[in-house]
Amino acid sequence: MEIPYTVTARPDTGVFNAKLGIWLFLASEVMLFGALFSSYVLLRVGAETWPHGYDLLNVPLATLNTVILISSSVTMVMSWASLMMRNLAKYKRYMGATILLALAFLCVKFFEYGAKFEHHLYPSTNTFYAIYFTLTGLHGLHVVGGIVVNTYFWGPGSKMWRAEPERFTNRVEVAGLYWHFVDLVWIFLFPVLYLL
Amino acid sequence: MDSTHPQEIRKQVRGYIVVFVALMALTIITVAVSYLHLNIGAAAAVALFVATIKASLVASYFMHLISEKKIIYATLILTAVFFAALMTLPSSHLLDPIER
Repeated sequence: MEIPYTVTARPDTGVFNAKLGIWLFLASEVMLFGALFSSYVLLRVGAETWPHGYDLLNVPLATLNTVILISSSVTMVMSWASLMMRNLAKYKRYMGATILLALAFLCVKFFEYGAKFEHHLYPSTNTFYAIYFTLTGLHGLHVVGGIVVNTYFWGPGSKMWRAEPERFTNRVEVAGLYWHFVDLVWIFLFPVLYLL
Repeated sequence: MDSTHPQEIRKQVRGYIVVFVALMALTIITVAVSYLHLNIGAAAAVALFVATIKASLVASYFMHLISEKKIIYATLILTAVFFAALMTLPSSHLLDPIER
C-alpha cells in the first residue's frame, strides 16, 4: 500500500502529511517542556531563597553550547536548501556538520555533568539541581534522538534521493523542523537556568 | 517539497546567514547583560525578551513559519493557548496563599 501525500500537498490541509504530523508532534513537545517550565516557575516563585544560575553553573560552557546548537540549526537548514538546489554532495556536507555539532554539544554537556558529579552535586542535592538535571537531561535526550534520525538521513536513508528526490527532501525538511525545535528549547533553557 | 525556484532558495540562504549573525549577536547581548547582575525582575524581563526574539527568528526563517499554510498556524495558535494556560494557571495559587 502506498503512503498518501508524501510529496504532494493534501488538498484539504494544503501540506504534505508528514509536515502536519511533525507540527502536531511539536505541539505535544511544547506541552511537555511547558509543564516542566511551569513547574520551575512555581517552585522558584514559591521558594524562600533561590540561587542564581550563574553562581552554580558554568556559563562559558553553556554559552559555547548555545553557539554550537545555533550553528547546527543553520547547517541543518542549509542541508535542506542544498537538496532544494539538487546538490546531494553539499547536502551530505551540511548534514554531516549538523551531526558533528550535535555530538560536540553532547560532549560539552558530558564535561559539564561530570564536573557536577565530581563535586557530588546530583538531582537529589536540592530543588535547583533537580530542575537543572531534569530539563537539561530531557533536552539532551532530544539531541540524541535528533542525532539518530539525522545520521540515518545522512547515511542509509539518503539512498531514497536517487529514486524519490522530492520525498527525501520532504523527509529532511521534517527532520529539520524537529531539530530547530530542539534549538528553540535550548534558547529558553540557557537564560532561564544559567543566567537568572 | 514545494516547487521553489533555485534562485529563490539562494536568496533564502543569504537570509539564513543574516539570521545566524543576528542570533550570535543576541546571544552575546544576553550573556553580557547577565554580568550586570540586575535585580531578578529586570534580569528575567531582559533575558526572556531576548530569548523570544531569538526564538521568533528561528521559527520564522529556519522553520519557515513566515510563509506557512493556515492549518499550521491554526495548530500553533491552539498550542499557544494551552501553553499560556499551562504557564498561568499554576500562578492562581497566589490568589489564595497559605497564611504563615
